Amino acid sequence: MGQSDTIRILLAKPPIDTHDRGIMILARALRDAGMEVIYAGLRQTWEQIVNTAIEEDVDLIGISSLAGGERVLIPKFCKLLKESDAADIPVIIGGSVLDREIPVLEEAGVIKCFKSGTSAGEVITYIQNAFKKGPSQVESSR
Amino acid sequence: MQDEEIKNERARWEQETLKKAVERYPEREEQFTTYSGIPIKQIYTPEDVEGINYTEDIGFPGEYPYTRGIQATMYRGRLWTMRQLVGFNSIEETKARQQEFLDQGVISVAISSGSCFGGVYDSDDPLMEGLLGQGTTVARDTLQDTRDTMEGFDLEQVSVNFPGGQPTAVIDLAKFLVVAEEHGTPFNLLRGTLQNDTLSMFISNHYYEFPVKHAMRLMVDIIKYSCENLPQFNPISISPQHQREAGATAVQEVAISFCNAISYVQACIDAGMDVDTFAPRFSWNFGVYMDLFEEAAKFRAARRVWARIMKERFGAKNPRSWMLRVHAQTSGSALMAPQPENNIMRVTIQALAAVLGGVNSLHTDGFDEPLAIPTERAARLAIRTQQIIAHESGAAKVVDPLAGSYYVESLTNQIEEEVSDFIKKVDDMGGAETAVENGFFQQEIARSAYAHQMAVERKERIIVGVNDFKVEQDYPVEVFEADQEAGRKHLEKLRRIKEDRDKDQLRQSLEKLKGAAGGDENLVPYTMEAVKAMTTTGEIIEALREVFGTYTKPATF
Repeated sequence: MGQSDTIRILLAKPPIDTHDRGIMILARALRDAGMEVIYAGLRQTWEQIVNTAIEEDVDLIGISSLAGGERVLIPKFCKLLKESDAADIPVIIGGSVLDREIPVLEEAGVIKCFKSGTSAGEVITYIQNAFKKGPSQVESSR
Repeated sequence: MQDEEIKNERARWEQETLKKAVERYPEREEQFTTYSGIPIKQIYTPEDVEGINYTEDIGFPGEYPYTRGIQATMYRGRLWTMRQLVGFNSIEETKARQQEFLDQGVISVAISSGSCFGGVYDSDDPLMEGLLGQGTTVARDTLQDTRDTMEGFDLEQVSVNFPGGQPTAVIDLAKFLVVAEEHGTPFNLLRGTLQNDTLSMFISNHYYEFPVKHAMRLMVDIIKYSCENLPQFNPISISPQHQREAGATAVQEVAISFCNAISYVQACIDAGMDVDTFAPRFSWNFGVYMDLFEEAAKFRAARRVWARIMKERFGAKNPRSWMLRVHAQTSGSALMAPQPENNIMRVTIQALAAVLGGVNSLHTDGFDEPLAIPTERAARLAIRTQQIIAHESGAAKVVDPLAGSYYVESLTNQIEEEVSDFIKKVDDMGGAETAVENGFFQQEIARSAYAHQMAVERKERIIVGVNDFKVEQDYPVEVFEADQEAGRKHLEKLRRIKEDRDKDQLRQSLEKLKGAAGGDENLVPYTMEAVKAMTTTGEIIEALREVFGTYTKPATF
């Protein structure tokens, strides 16, 4: 977990999903809201994303997915996080998330799913509330 | 005399009538603008179009500069082509949906090649797990998939459309040609369109593999090969829609794509081709958004700007080289997940804008596309939307109905002016390839996408059901679900193909392809040899990457 008071977030996309309009907007909006944003870039493998999260010592990971098939992709990613001893890094997801997929994603360990149509403002408010007592609080409450 | 009178009358109206009205009821916004940010006045009068020379700037349909359309009678002669893009689950189910479309009066169907991720990953790539059948595409790993897709089609009759840039364009073309050989169809009868829009892959879609100059070489190889062997085939379909969906405004959509197209024309000329041999085969795939009048004006302005570029800048003499042949697709990013039925109205407005703008071909999206690929019901409604506009609205009974509107003509002029200024700026920068490599286009689009989103968040732009007029609970709608069994069957088929193929032939064909890639021969015939050996798309890309290297987009925002 990051030491400073600034929230550090890694934003990433599934490896083969190149629809980056949303993630680019969100990256800028979160940065403008005072967070430290690390953007993984396109076509990174899940392993690379997990490694970046660990190396950059982030407080949370945001996945933006417009790939479809999230119920297969995301549990795979969460499993990889666990295997890398990084399950303590919370994961949020946004993009083409369907109602019928949310229980599967939550079961896999995703702490918050943002459906299509969510504003950047709502995401910022959620993250700021979740981390208002500092990152270590979130960790200990898990 | 009349001009003077209008001017005086306008001043009087502003003083006597307008002022009082605004004092009593202030306008809803201080400054109204189009989606692209062009300021909109209260009213437009002859003063706003006084610089127009009718015969030079507007003219007559079917004649230069084609502002009013590229055909003399437009939809009075023949309706636009209703062309729907199809692909899901399996080749068999995709073909069944295509047939259903044709039975319902759709004139043409496009088959989307490769996976929904640009076709650069084979279906058995570990990264594809859980994704088969998800996009508006069918798997196209090997020649066998193309064979299966084309089975039962008379290739002399059917026009086939292949979306995708480099490297999939060259591979798709190679497979298509090999299947045509197998069908015994002479190449000079083959009809169809290859997207092959190389630079937009670096700007918006990010389905790139090789550095810009190598991707451009593949594109030129395809155009050259087509000019020599495929007289009825469109070897390129430049896709402004890609820039639009990534967040560009209407003006940027046209401007960036024209910059790209200028560099394509120049690359072909530099490769020794005469402009009038290839330019008549250029086709276009635009997006169409919600701002009805700006969108209609956009198509009118785009036709005029392109005609002028081809005639004046490149000295093209064949009128077909001057014509902007437009396919348009309604906007996926303008459709919203909350209250998805609202999208039926959005698609209708977009489709009407395209028709009022005089497009030659149109795809309408399903209303449920923000959720998943369309269900059968949504796909049918999308077609019906086009048919209602065609047969019931009256919009197809006259050519270019908005011409002469002071507002629309003024918008058409302003779009032309802004597009021309942008092209000049990129010329000064060194052209489109430079503007791609230094990230200028990407930054321009990202800036517009961000500005739009912030305008939505501040409620300066209202999106019904999203930032206003919201409801707690949407009515339930059926959402498409990919058939995992179809994916499994496809993987089994691919496994068998890989097992059965001749390994020596495979290796040799790839070695020859690499050898040619290192030189300057046309790569289309070498790619045909490679696909005959049942190489997969991924294997061909891998081989070419060894010669060309890899392009990586910088992770900046």
